[in-house]
Amino acid sequence: MKPNKMPPGAMPGRKPEDLGRTVKRLMSYITGRYRSLFLVVLLCILVSAITGVTASLFIRSLIDDYIAPLLLSDAPDFSGLLGAILTIGAVCLAGVFAALFYNRFMVTISQGVLKRVRDEMFSGMQALPVKYFDTHTHGDIMSHYTNDTDTLRQMISMSIPQLFSSVVTILAVFVAMLSISVWLTLLVLLCLVLMLFVTKKVGGKSAKYFIRQQKSLGDVNGFIEEMIHGQKVVKVFCHEQQAKRDFDQKNDELYDNAEKANRYANIFMPIMANLGNLQYVLVAIVGGALAISGIGGLTLGGIASFLTLSKSFSQPISQISQQINSVVMAFAGAERIFKLMDETPERDDGYVTLVNAKYENGALAEADGRTGLWAWKHPHSETGAVSYTKLTGDVQFSDVDFGYEEGKLVLHDISLFAKPGQKIAFVGATGAGKTTITNLINRFYDIAEGKIRYDGINIGKIKKSDLRRSLGIVLQDTRLFTGTVMENIRYGRLDATDDEVMEAAKLANAHDFITRLPEGYQTQISGDGGRLSQGQRQLLSIARAAVADPPVMILDEATSSIDTRTEALVQRGMDQLMDGRTVFVIAHRLSTVQNAKAILVLEDGRIIERGDHETLLKERGTYYQFYTGAFH
Amino acid sequence: MIKRLLKCVREYKTASILSPLFVTMEVVMEVIIPLLMASLIDKGIEGGDMGYIYKMGAALVLGALISLLFGALSGGFAARASAGFARNLRHDMFANVQTYSFSNIDRFSTASLVTRLTTDVTNVQNAYQMVIRMAVRAPAMIVFSLIMAFSISPKVSLIFLGIIPVLTAGLFLIVRYVHPIFQRVFKTYDKLNNVVQENLRGIRVVKSFVREDYEKEKFGRISKSIYQDFSKAEKTIAFNGPLMQLCVYACMLLIAWVGAKLIVAGGMTTGQLVSFISYVMMILMSLMMLSFLFVMVIISRASVERIAEVLKETSDLANPESPLYEVADGSISFKGVDFSYAGSRDKLCLAKINLDIRSGETIGIIGGTGSSKSTLIQLIPRLYDVTDGTLCVGGRDVRDYDIETLRGAVAVVLQKNVLFSGTISDNLRWGNPDATDEELTKACRLAQADEFIRSFPDGYSTHIEQGGANVSGGQKQRLCIARALLKKPKILILDDSTSAVDTRTDAALRKAFREDLPDTTKLIIAQRIASVSDADRIIVMDGGGITAVGTHAELMETSEIYREVHDSQMQGGDFDEAE
Repeated sequence: MKPNKMPPGAMPGRKPEDLGRTVKRLMSYITGRYRSLFLVVLLCILVSAITGVTASLFIRSLIDDYIAPLLLSDAPDFSGLLGAILTIGAVCLAGVFAALFYNRFMVTISQGVLKRVRDEMFSGMQALPVKYFDTHTHGDIMSHYTNDTDTLRQMISMSIPQLFSSVVTILAVFVAMLSISVWLTLLVLLCLVLMLFVTKKVGGKSAKYFIRQQKSLGDVNGFIEEMIHGQKVVKVFCHEQQAKRDFDQKNDELYDNAEKANRYANIFMPIMANLGNLQYVLVAIVGGALAISGIGGLTLGGIASFLTLSKSFSQPISQISQQINSVVMAFAGAERIFKLMDETPERDDGYVTLVNAKYENGALAEADGRTGLWAWKHPHSETGAVSYTKLTGDVQFSDVDFGYEEGKLVLHDISLFAKPGQKIAFVGATGAGKTTITNLINRFYDIAEGKIRYDGINIGKIKKSDLRRSLGIVLQDTRLFTGTVMENIRYGRLDATDDEVMEAAKLANAHDFITRLPEGYQTQISGDGGRLSQGQRQLLSIARAAVADPPVMILDEATSSIDTRTEALVQRGMDQLMDGRTVFVIAHRLSTVQNAKAILVLEDGRIIERGDHETLLKERGTYYQFYTGAFH
Repeated sequence: MIKRLLKCVREYKTASILSPLFVTMEVVMEVIIPLLMASLIDKGIEGGDMGYIYKMGAALVLGALISLLFGALSGGFAARASAGFARNLRHDMFANVQTYSFSNIDRFSTASLVTRLTTDVTNVQNAYQMVIRMAVRAPAMIVFSLIMAFSISPKVSLIFLGIIPVLTAGLFLIVRYVHPIFQRVFKTYDKLNNVVQENLRGIRVVKSFVREDYEKEKFGRISKSIYQDFSKAEKTIAFNGPLMQLCVYACMLLIAWVGAKLIVAGGMTTGQLVSFISYVMMILMSLMMLSFLFVMVIISRASVERIAEVLKETSDLANPESPLYEVADGSISFKGVDFSYAGSRDKLCLAKINLDIRSGETIGIIGGTGSSKSTLIQLIPRLYDVTDGTLCVGGRDVRDYDIETLRGAVAVVLQKNVLFSGTISDNLRWGNPDATDEELTKACRLAQADEFIRSFPDGYSTHIEQGGANVSGGQKQRLCIARALLKKPKILILDDSTSAVDTRTDAALRKAFREDLPDTTKLIIAQRIASVSDADRIIVMDGGGITAVGTHAELMETSEIYREVHDSQMQGGDFDEAE
């Protein structure tokens, strides 16, 4: 019984739902830590843009104030022109430096924001309850880190400064144009309206196909991932031809959408560029007419200047409209990232903590440093007193009910008790609820009805991290991490010495094969196991739990991939380790559960038989049937 | 390397050529505009000739519209060419991967194959599109603009010749510095994604050992390294823009100075000056484009290499020249077989295997962890090839058979079981696409799966989620067994396929095999003695070799290992009494 997964979440490329809020939040990252730097950037952009406009205006000045009079004079004196050029040169230089500064500072800001977003996303993710990971596809969560962050990077480092620069340029140019000729400015505005109309039309079509492309891409990628991960099964069943056919179908659909999306996006640029050209031409025509007829005092220099300015006006506009698409997608990505960050973290109302303890005057008290003795520190809110209870590993379930989903119970009325140092075994058909019980003991999920008590304390009162530190778990699905063998085993207790790690490995019967690896304990292994067999991986994960030295252990099918001979050897070591500790074992194998103090037989979420091995065999019930294979 | 990829352009070659062609014509039109403009300013505006202004204006409008047409056409073709290129790349890569043998797949790792088919193809597609549009447009623009500029005034054009090399050298230096940094950063990105993935899959381990902070630190270190590298790279690229601005301004001011003098001296007109400045902008803008292009090509170079690797890889399992299309029976014979994954003879996983199995026999295989049991059976359907020795099925060397025929006759249920998205029926039909519903039900009954399938609300039409997430381990195993049974194979191999299944079901399975599949050779690898004790013969493996073969009774007497395993499982057992 497992919780159902939600369908793959929002594909990248969906329109953001609340643009305003996302923008504000994103900006808060920038202004949060980089406020002064950002202001400097804005200032530099201002300077840079104004410089650009000044240079264009200079053309008018050049023609009207210098060339024209020089043309007329008999002995042209270029010193004035030289002076003017040098002055403008200095201004331009300042603009260039301003541009350099803002570009470099913007890098600091954008990379810094991205790093913060990444780190916060990961931290937030770590705090999420197990339920989130069971109900969301991993591919979807991963794309937050890849796709969504990538579009964000592009947007912050390129689009934002460019947008701002464009806006400033447009404003400055607008003012400059007005100063030359109001009529021509009106003309330009008319052309602008036309350009915006075209943008909406073409851009809208392009966006439509981009969204479809993203969906097809998700489709194809999902198919590829599934097929490639199961490639060995494909080969075994000679499914290659069918796989190719299915793939081609999806691939062709992607091609269709990609072609259309890119087509509209590609057409966009020449359209905008040539609308700009048309505007250029119209300005010349109308300007010429104005200049000739003498309206508005427009001079040749003015026209020349205006022409250059109008180019500086239409260019940023087309640049902005080009960026819009990627900006919109980036905001969609940012929205998804923020949604992940806002997910409710695992709730932990626990206040009882686990501390090192020592005996003082016959009573338990907190100790500094590792004493080997553990106690629960229980602060009582009403009296203000603090009580200590020794950690012994006494676990009790009372009438526990539980379901992964509302209204669908998978465990009914579970009652059991394990005294310290006892070995309790769960057996039952697959899906009977054994793993579910372990999910409850360490509060990966919380119970609906009933109580679970640990050393007499309601586990709801115990802080989750402390609770989990007191439990050692070896899971059915072995999960190792990329790193050396030593590092993987040391994961159980970070301050374990090399010798302690090797002791644990010997206990788990892993030491022999480890020493035979190419670099022994320093051999690099990957998370999905690489060249290690399933059994070897399980031995490593047992060693990991062993080094953690926990008071209570839960072994969930921990030796299912290990042959029984090795398991017997591991068992001997484990028995030593488990002496005096409580152990919950889930297994199918008779050999694993035989010497348990109590064996609980589960069926459909209920305990139907309990007792030790001999007692249960005598009952000739379900347990008996399982383990003798006798059934008629 | 690029050549290998370009082979995938195929039917899009025309589009790939038309696009730059049209773009060139667009450029020509665009370049003419400033020239006409100069004329309009001089003769029309300065000359006060309104009619001329209108005439020239009309010509210019026409020019702009033609340019628009060419630009749009070029864009359309570029889109088709690049999307089509990507399509063919994906198709070719996927098709080639389907031919890979297990060892080819091992060489790449599944995650890397997925990235190459997705991210890398997208990178190359974008680069290709940029190249066919810009790589011709920019140089064309530069060349034509220079020609125009020279035709107006050679003297002033000399200024260009001074500035352009400066700009080019600067861009070149930037790119050279930045390239290795980018290569490094992408590798770090891979590491980051790996950490995230491992945390996603292993979240229970992380929480159980309370290692959230440790993982956060691990992530933080990598995140910081990305921050540092990317900052360095982007800060260097930041020089691009200002460098170009500097060149533009310098050009403009110099032209203003020299041009002014020339105009006064009568060697140039005002209109020409204005158009000159336009050409300056065009040339320098095109140079900038080229530098972007350069960077993009360099970044995508890594992707190009990775894609080429997948395309070039040939399966090391080839079909023979005249393959056999029929497998006589289910007999298997190993003669002096050695095997090592790397193909070298140094680290042998299997050594000197000699074994003869009769058709229809049930063989159990027992052995310690890592004794290469899985390796042994994977040789039979040629999932890997032997390094030395011969392996025969149905009396013929496995290498003589057509691979598809062989695999149709040898059904393997792998240790790591995978189901695919689709209904239960869809998954089952992988064994036999033409199976009727009755055949499905029969196979499931044999595999002890029919009962639980019917307990689902949608029965055989129940949808399987992501790799089988909504069925338990034991149910998954039984479905995989049913899938294999549908092949009606001559040889059925179960690699520890009942580890998650309880003993009662296990016994039922074996009974079904015994009674309903008498002619099928059955090889069962298992941990439980009970699973293999009633086999015709049992093979005991240790350290890559066979240490004993025999019936349960024989092995209890002759094999120490077997006895130990048996005893460890029967500890305190009352088995014989109970039965």
